[in-house]
Amino acid sequence: MSGKTIKVDYLARVEGEGSLLIKIKDQQVVEAQFKIFEPPRFFEAFLRGRHFTEAPDIAARICGICPIAYQMSAVHAMEDACGVKVDGQLRALRRLIYCGEWIESHVLHIYMLHAPDFLGYPDAIRMARDHPEVVKRGLALKKVGNDLVTLLGGREIHPINVKVGGFYRVPTKEELAPISERLKWAREAALETVRWTATLTFPDFAGDYEFVALRHPNEYPFNEGRLVSNRGLDIPIREYDRHFAEEHVERTNALHSVRIGGGPFMVGPLARYALNFERLSPLAQDAARDAGLGTVCLNPFQSIIVRAIETLHACDEALRIIDGYEAPPAPSVPVSPRAATGYACTEAPRGTLYHRYRIDANGIIHDAKIVPPTSQNQKQIEDDLVHFVRPRLHLPDDQLTWQCEQAIRNYDPCISCATHFLKLTVECE
Amino acid sequence: MAPHKPKLAVWKFASCDGCQLSILDCEDELLAVAGAVEIANFPEASRAQIKGPYDLSLVEGSITTPHDAARIHQVRRASKTLITIGACATAGGIQALRNFGKVAEFLAIVYARPDYIETLNLSTPVSYHVLVDFELRGCPVNKHQLLEVITAFLHNRKPVTPAHSVCLECKRRGLVCVMVARGLPCLGPVTHAGCGAICPAYHRGCYACFGPMESPNTPALSAAFAARGAGHDALVRAFRSFNAYAEPFRKESEAHER
Repeated sequence: MSGKTIKVDYLARVEGEGSLLIKIKDQQVVEAQFKIFEPPRFFEAFLRGRHFTEAPDIAARICGICPIAYQMSAVHAMEDACGVKVDGQLRALRRLIYCGEWIESHVLHIYMLHAPDFLGYPDAIRMARDHPEVVKRGLALKKVGNDLVTLLGGREIHPINVKVGGFYRVPTKEELAPISERLKWAREAALETVRWTATLTFPDFAGDYEFVALRHPNEYPFNEGRLVSNRGLDIPIREYDRHFAEEHVERTNALHSVRIGGGPFMVGPLARYALNFERLSPLAQDAARDAGLGTVCLNPFQSIIVRAIETLHACDEALRIIDGYEAPPAPSVPVSPRAATGYACTEAPRGTLYHRYRIDANGIIHDAKIVPPTSQNQKQIEDDLVHFVRPRLHLPDDQLTWQCEQAIRNYDPCISCATHFLKLTVECE
Repeated sequence: MAPHKPKLAVWKFASCDGCQLSILDCEDELLAVAGAVEIANFPEASRAQIKGPYDLSLVEGSITTPHDAARIHQVRRASKTLITIGACATAGGIQALRNFGKVAEFLAIVYARPDYIETLNLSTPVSYHVLVDFELRGCPVNKHQLLEVITAFLHNRKPVTPAHSVCLECKRRGLVCVMVARGLPCLGPVTHAGCGAICPAYHRGCYACFGPMESPNTPALSAAFAARGAGHDALVRAFRSFNAYAEPFRKESEAHER
């Protein structure tokens, strides 16, 4: 297969713009590059000089798919800097709004971005012609997630109600009641989704991964925990920069994240699942077993099942939170700035999102650092491609190209986040 | 023969993807929209690409690189109607904060090897480069307004998207003025309607996601903010966010810069 080039101009059904280049020489993969072309937007630069209370609204604009994640990492980092801990029902409400984002983001990816690959359609709309009930279920389930975010946040994209210290306004118990009924339907639909995704056909592939995720003593992680891995990492978030570094690689407008002294690593659903299985709700654990998954899943193509399991968990957890909810006495706790550096990691749908801010006594930001999940996964994605392509070089070009795209979509990469133009090129020499 | 369906294309420039996501967030209407138009180019949603020309192009994002400055002309040439969606495409977006600083310094702050990055000094709206047929405001756009724009186009009429201030939306919702009653600084009086006055409904002052309304009296509002204790820096920040490069807001923030 010498002298052959397979080229696709734009990797579709990912959030943002990036490209892929795979070079093959003498039946060997010599290079795999997952490139990011998203124009640079300089958030870390223009956050300097802004007031610490503005960080959640500005950082949210990094990504329209997971703004809650950016808001959550920002408020927790600022509260860490100011020595404030938000607890009780306000903490529960933050978990609740995060449940909403996990549901809408995961369901978007499962039904609209990922499933069409498995069933051989270019998109969910064309898939709906043959599988209308499946796509309608996905849309209805996604809507419940969005409606939960809208109820608590004011709107589904760039919600307005999250602030340092809590919220601007908190709901009454009565206001949460109607969504509770819909979440019960959503829980059933999520269970159906787990069963349905388990029936898909998966390529035979497994990686030898270092999984990195938050771990909390008794919760499946959203906002809090130590950062751990299956290879001995176990650190408080303040030590993040001692263990991870960002590299700037030519060809990309994002920064690659690497484990100092280690190799590529994976964040996201597979990592959370492997490190926190026993903290999933009993219903979610049962569904995972019935779907034939162990407590660790090493096939990234099966991440579609794990996302469905996490969606089920998020519905279950949301119902539990609403059930125990009593409106707190005030919508937020006071937060006074002080000269300090604050750190936070939270679990965005795509994986761990790190924020660090240095502020002064007037609350002005002097330094900001943001490490999105896709930057952390970028090296692992390239590594997957190398291993995935090697035994499949005999496949027809169009099939191989599509499967490579799919191998990237396994990570639900958010290229807007990591900065983003995906151009897929497979070069065979 | 089936009647000709209008060809819809969605294009992305520098942005967060949120405005085009608004299309996929129309869960109840998505399949109906997909039935009324031919989705010919929408990479975030589909692998399928159909060649132009396109009847309707929705453009998200601002122009920030030499490559994109050339690409927007290709999009214009391939489009009968071109509509910008959101604050980035319409006003330059949050990334237009670079327009008030030095890009070289910004590059050095974020990237270890600025020489690897190709970027323009300014983040500019699409209308600075090509003719735009309609601009939809918002950071993000309101999905109901987006549906109205697509529907209006399909029926060959002008979209109904009022250019008055957020104050009128507040009154219509029966909300008590947060500035009068709670003393909160609120940009509602100078901000374009469209969101439905979400922030005041959540006991928060408007922070101007939809940019300047048709005839904003920004100096009067600044004076009212100052009377409530806002200093120059706070006034600069208030007008300098997601629509910072829209002229009325740009001039007002520059007036307070020391």
